[in-house]
Amino acid sequence: MALLSVNDLRTYFHTRAGVVRAVDGVSFSVDKGETLGIVGESGSGKSVACYSLMGLIPKPPGRIESGTADFDGQDLLKMSEKELNQVRGRRVSMIFQDPMTSLNPYLRVEDQLIEPLLLHGLADKATARKKALEMMEQVGIQGAASRIRMYPHEFSGGMRQRVMIAMALITEPDLLIADEPTTALDVTVQAQILELIKTMQQRMHMAVIFISHDLGVVAGFCDRVNVMYAGRIVESGATQSIYYHPSHPYNEALQRSIPALQPKGHELFTIEGQPPDLTKPLAGCSFAARCAHVSDVCRQGNPALKEMKDGHSTACVRVQEGGLELK
Amino acid sequence: MTSETAIPFLDIKGLKTHFPVEKGIFFRKTVATVKAVDGVDLELKQGEILGLVGESGCGKSTLGRTMLQLLEPTAGSVRLEGRELVGLRGSELRAARKDFQMIFQDPYASLNPRMTVYDTLAEAILAHKSVPKKQMPDKVAELMNKVGLSPRFIKKYPHEFSGGQRQRIAVARALAVEPRFLVADEAVSALDVSIQAQIINLLAKLSREMNLTLIFISHDLSVVKHIADRIAVMYLGRIVEIGPAESLFDDPQHPYTRALVSAVPVPDPDRERERQRILLPGDPPSPLNPPKGCTFHPRCPHAVEACNASFPAWSQQGDRQVACIRLGEFE
Repeated sequence: MALLSVNDLRTYFHTRAGVVRAVDGVSFSVDKGETLGIVGESGSGKSVACYSLMGLIPKPPGRIESGTADFDGQDLLKMSEKELNQVRGRRVSMIFQDPMTSLNPYLRVEDQLIEPLLLHGLADKATARKKALEMMEQVGIQGAASRIRMYPHEFSGGMRQRVMIAMALITEPDLLIADEPTTALDVTVQAQILELIKTMQQRMHMAVIFISHDLGVVAGFCDRVNVMYAGRIVESGATQSIYYHPSHPYNEALQRSIPALQPKGHELFTIEGQPPDLTKPLAGCSFAARCAHVSDVCRQGNPALKEMKDGHSTACVRVQEGGLELK
Repeated sequence: MTSETAIPFLDIKGLKTHFPVEKGIFFRKTVATVKAVDGVDLELKQGEILGLVGESGCGKSTLGRTMLQLLEPTAGSVRLEGRELVGLRGSELRAARKDFQMIFQDPYASLNPRMTVYDTLAEAILAHKSVPKKQMPDKVAELMNKVGLSPRFIKKYPHEFSGGQRQRIAVARALAVEPRFLVADEAVSALDVSIQAQIINLLAKLSREMNLTLIFISHDLSVVKHIADRIAVMYLGRIVEIGPAESLFDDPQHPYTRALVSAVPVPDPDRERERQRILLPGDPPSPLNPPKGCTFHPRCPHAVEACNASFPAWSQQGDRQVACIRLGEFE
């Protein structure tokens, strides 16, 4: 039984330049305790999809045009603001890329940590304080008892991200949405934070949706991966099979353009052209214009994800028909 | 570094860049010094690509800027083919700058939004030599072709281009003066993977074709490994290890390099799961108040009492130079 199942989500932005189809028919699900990675380049809709679920899309210009998001029997997209507030920060938490802009610079860390507990009526102030201190220790902040009285600017980038994690997890949520949580950090600090999220996840048995553009981080962190391109999921499957047996030309090209995997001295593989303009309606596959394996069938209809084998799905019509072997 | 009989193309000795921290409104006095670059020696051959890696705040950008005399060094010398650059002023410095150029991280901020591609590139060309107005469009088109931009975009403004294309314009502008030495400071960090690959290929190709010496500054080790001949690893204002790119990556010697290499995520699920990470405690210390002795010792898993004493001298270790006194004493 899936903890969260999203079906045909469409989020459009009605701007002066036209309607931007940021998320255009996305379906996926997350099981209890599992880690789902969502990868894609900037503008692919990976963040907008998750923000839509949490009711964090500015409306206007944003609008959720269609879709359902079933979270434990309730549809997140149909909830009123009041109902959403019961879920957000309590059963579903979020951490963001930049911990400096997501913490309140005027409040002591302690006051920010206990806020979710007090707001949701989960504890009185004294218990909340005790719990906050415990969380600070759990996320590995040394000298937690004194540091909890400090302001965010007194912490380093990595420490701030630890505070963010403590704050997100203090209500012991069922689902954590992590939007590029380590992108702003140095690699050695990134390694610490990833380790921490993993440990906390196992301790609390929560599910994690991990949004990232970094295929390296996702490889080691996620059980399953969705690859997004131009507002749609083009490939979805278990991490191993996404990396070792790509079955969408975009994913294959992406894998081949990462420097780490290529023998030195060779030219890096590149994807020609640019992602499509999302204000213009797309006929056929969104990747067709840049795809090396494009044929006439690609420019017709709207390719849907289809499972090929063992939960591995692709939206490539040519692979679905068996006319294309990748890698 | 193997000292050759000829003068090295670029020769940096004892380079230091310190920034004073001042306090007070009426009587400003220096209360502390940020030692952003604190004693760097470096030699480069012509046509070589050196990757400069390190975490934020380690001084890699400051080093790059100081080399190009965009910042005035506190001490040390920078010689380009034997000619001292430190201390050059005014027209002398401007004339010398034809030989070295820089590419910045953010192609959105480094291009003038009110200038067309033609204006941007023509201005740069004119800074170098006088070109009759009639020939200018051809010159500009030639530059654009060199970086893989179609000359039909010549009249367009920066906002009409994507990030990757803008970075191509920035590269073209740097090449306009026909430099021999280029510093690329996080030139691909703001770009998506597929676009990043295009710019890396471009820089590698240009360096090969024009025998351009390139210092490629980046926090992304896998990118640097791909493009660079040699890699220098910086920590708190100093180079702690330098050597051939592949061997440094495959067999790092300095404890910091080891931790850094082990922390780089590899896009390979099986390898990623098996890998043993060396998790360093804490964050890099502030360059305002760097630790005594070896600056890495408070975070180093192999530190001993002696590491406190002074910053270690270089020792040759195969094809590598490493600043660590305990080499060979740990596994």
